[in-house]
Amino acid sequence: MTSGLIELAGIERVFRLGDSEVHALRRLDLQIASGEYVSVMGPSGSGKSTLLNLLGLLDRPDAGTYRLAGRDVTTLSADEQARLRSERIGFVFQSFHLVPRLTAAENIALPMVLAGIAPSRRAERIASALRDYGLENRADHRPDQLSGGQRQRVAIARATIMQPAVILADEPTGNLDRATGEEVVRLLETLNERGVTLIVVTHDAGLGARAQRQLLMEDGLLQHDRRRGSETPGPCVAPT
Amino acid sequence: MRSADLISFARDAAAGHPLRTVLLVLAMAIGVAAVVVLTALGDGARRYVLNEFSSIGSNLVIVLPGRSQTGGFNPGNAVTSTPRDLTIDDAQALLRASSVYRAAPLAVGTSEISYGGKLREVTVVGTTAEFVEVRRLSLAHGRFLVTGDWRRGASEAVIGARIQDEMFGRQNALGQLVRVGDRRFRIVGVLAASGQGLGMNTDELVILPVPLAQAMFNSNTLFRILVEASSREAIDSAKAQVSEIIRLRHEGELDVTVITQDAVLATFDRLLGTMTLAVAGIAAISLAVAGILVMNVMLVSVTQRTAEIGLLKALGASAATIRNAFLAEAAMLSIAGALVGLLLGHAGAAIIRQLYPAYPAFPPAWAVIAGLATALTTGVLFGVQPARRAARLDPVQALARR
Repeated sequence: MTSGLIELAGIERVFRLGDSEVHALRRLDLQIASGEYVSVMGPSGSGKSTLLNLLGLLDRPDAGTYRLAGRDVTTLSADEQARLRSERIGFVFQSFHLVPRLTAAENIALPMVLAGIAPSRRAERIASALRDYGLENRADHRPDQLSGGQRQRVAIARATIMQPAVILADEPTGNLDRATGEEVVRLLETLNERGVTLIVVTHDAGLGARAQRQLLMEDGLLQHDRRRGSETPGPCVAPT
Repeated sequence: MRSADLISFARDAAAGHPLRTVLLVLAMAIGVAAVVVLTALGDGARRYVLNEFSSIGSNLVIVLPGRSQTGGFNPGNAVTSTPRDLTIDDAQALLRASSVYRAAPLAVGTSEISYGGKLREVTVVGTTAEFVEVRRLSLAHGRFLVTGDWRRGASEAVIGARIQDEMFGRQNALGQLVRVGDRRFRIVGVLAASGQGLGMNTDELVILPVPLAQAMFNSNTLFRILVEASSREAIDSAKAQVSEIIRLRHEGELDVTVITQDAVLATFDRLLGTMTLAVAGIAAISLAVAGILVMNVMLVSVTQRTAEIGLLKALGASAATIRNAFLAEAAMLSIAGALVGLLLGHAGAAIIRQLYPAYPAFPPAWAVIAGLATALTTGVLFGVQPARRAARLDPVQALARR
């Protein structure tokens, strides 16, 4: 296997709840190549959200190393991690997480605003994003004036506006009905077809099954690492 | 994040909660307005008093009988401790001093004036023709007392504007004979109305030649001697010369108090300036309260916007960006409050000036600047802690909040 975009080695994440320690992730090893479409499934508390947060540099592991595009990012400062999030990672959340007082266009522009991109360059990219996601006549609407599907489209447009290498989606269809959910998944898959690495965390077996590579997590461990068509034993499963 | 974006982001965040923003701006505005109005009142009082004092004449040196403090052993003290009277001769002797331009003796008492069956109690001032110059008084009708021998005087009187109104109404008082105490006087002049004055209200005076007034009060002593120095620079030497002359005439004992108008003015200036400062300090407390309110509101805002802060972090905002966004919001609210307060304060001062035209209620420039600066610093200072709290939020936990 070629050196992956994402390489996790011996990742541990322990939460302390009162006296007890909860091992959210146990010595996890995982490699994801650039352009892969990966779904992460598992019951609640299996550690899949923790994995997503670690991949998104929102959380730090207690042990192990995380290499993103060949660079060890576990030791970076918070501000350097923030810059990496800005440049390389796009998030799509179950509850959309749009800023309620900003219009659709402003929400989409937010990552560029935070990155300090000049307004003239922003306008161009917002216009093309609105066009790509069919939101041209919703540009000046605030989130509460948009349907669920439109909100998630705005969120995806926002996640992709900085042209990240990885999109991390946490239950992207969880708050949507089946038809709109389908539409949103197709959008994400289109992005993947254009070369963006897509990692989707979901409860929905149907959604999970669409990915080329399916990870099943249980108790902080990878139980299966299955590729569409052939079942291969997970190379990264670490028995304890 | 570019500063223009930071400002519009903070502005939108403030506009997103209109009630919260309005209340906060109002609190800050009340604080600043209180500083502006109260200092306008304090400084207005200072100016009012200074104006009144200046209007009693210029380059004045005032001689009072009696001494409020002793200056060590003095042979005169061994003989007697009661002050000698201040006499017309003393006043006349002062004219010999080189720095003295004019002097006016003053004998004051109360008596009754009667005319045409009307009787009124009045303050009687016995003085000389120089009084009108020294005190810078102006006459509405007629003339003032005639110049001449201070020890003799004609039975002539000059009355204040209010006495004219009350005793004579619309009738011309000039040339009328009135009874003051047990003597008859012919009215030769009426003073121009001067409005409310400090200490002595010239509108209610009856002015007589000093020897006649002294005879009426059966006393040789003077209440004051008003001395006008020949120039502003000569005030100090006039004071020294006046003290020396009186001391020589009073057998080596300085048993009078000589004060200069400047000293009195300076005292009042200091006193009322301190009062204005104190009032400004009290008003500044309301600014501190507003600052605490800023902190409270910003803390609530951080809690309310936890999910948003988590999102901003996920989208690549650094801790500094988030801190700056919240600081900018606090600063913006404080500036808005300060500006609104400035407007309210100036409007309040204008209303006071409208209601009391004699009262110069202008807020001093230093107070306005200090008020604005305090508002801004308290707002930003109290905004620092909430901003830091926002910047330190853990993105995972923040995002989990709805």
